[in-house]
Amino acid sequence: MKVTRKDFLRIAAGSVVAAGTGTLVHALSGSAPATAATVGESKQRWGMVIDLRQCRQQGECDQCIRACHQTHNVPEVPNPAHEVKWIWNEPFAKVFPFQQSEYTRQADGGTLPVLCNHCASPSCVRVCPTKATWKRGDGIVMMDYHRCIGCRYCMAACPYGSRSFNYVDPRPHLRQVNPEVPTRSAGVVEKCDFCTARLAKGELPACVEACPQGAMVFGDLNDESSPVRQLLAERYSVQRQPHLGCGPSIFYLV
Amino acid sequence: MRDRVLIFAGLSLFLALVTYPVWQGLAARSSTAGPVLPATAAGQKCVAPRDVMRVAHMEMLMSWRDLKVRENQRTYTAADGTVYTIDLTATCLTQCHGPKEKFCDSCHAYAGVPAVNCWSCHTSPPAAPNPGELR
Repeated sequence: MKVTRKDFLRIAAGSVVAAGTGTLVHALSGSAPATAATVGESKQRWGMVIDLRQCRQQGECDQCIRACHQTHNVPEVPNPAHEVKWIWNEPFAKVFPFQQSEYTRQADGGTLPVLCNHCASPSCVRVCPTKATWKRGDGIVMMDYHRCIGCRYCMAACPYGSRSFNYVDPRPHLRQVNPEVPTRSAGVVEKCDFCTARLAKGELPACVEACPQGAMVFGDLNDESSPVRQLLAERYSVQRQPHLGCGPSIFYLV
Repeated sequence: MRDRVLIFAGLSLFLALVTYPVWQGLAARSSTAGPVLPATAAGQKCVAPRDVMRVAHMEMLMSWRDLKVRENQRTYTAADGTVYTIDLTATCLTQCHGPKEKFCDSCHAYAGVPAVNCWSCHTSPPAAPNPGELR
């Protein structure tokens, strides 16, 4: 069979139209699941509000830190270069470096508790090559220690320094082991998981429960009637480095 | 025939080397009998029949791991309807099998299968729940 020049042009034009339509349909349908995946199956977004006024009243307090680290078998490594921490106290000037002036320094006070921000668009998740860290549908940035290969990309990506690497075996540095929670091993990165195991049982995170002042309030940021949303509606709050675009879920009432 | 001494010396050395594993085994009093695990206590049953668990316990452990960590599904419903909390230390070991040295390690050491890296993170209960409850 002979293909004339007219037939050839007709077939070519038809192919271009078909391919173009296919690409268009693919592009349109592809954009919808991408947004759905970030939102996830759950409509919750767990978050925390820390009232620094309440926190400061307690003075040099580390009860949230002790409760958290005991619950999750976080080791106390003597070498500060190998330190592992899920929640810790940090000077105000370091946490909010751009919210300081000569005249407010007095009121800024000493230290405040910082932990993983469980960001809305976490940079650690974007860089993890093995999907060992990922964002759950309820907003928690979760770690799967089984999958972590210890590359520490996430630590480089996290602007808040919320992640710690186990340079040494943590077991010898545990005062007492909580048998309900596994320890970690040398070579994996760890961080706060918002007490996923406690949440599954309907309990509050260990730090929230331990706070003697009730300075830490935990709840669903997507629920308008939740205590966190009520506090955020009433009081002035700040997030750590919001201009970086990570969307932290931890808010500080100043 | 002047080399007789050399030949027999060489032969005996060869035989000694070839049969060395046998002598070593005899000296170490090793046996081919497998590990003996205590019988199941009355009323106690595992999440799946013994034969299934022998062949596929590693697959179940992996699926439990993924269900709990990645899908936040913290219970497992067995074929007979019993609901188990997914937890290696609290459910598998503490409730039934006892310390890993007496349960996991006995078979893994016998079969020469190096156990996967479970115990650098997961903890083993220090003592057996009840003598006779192991299986």
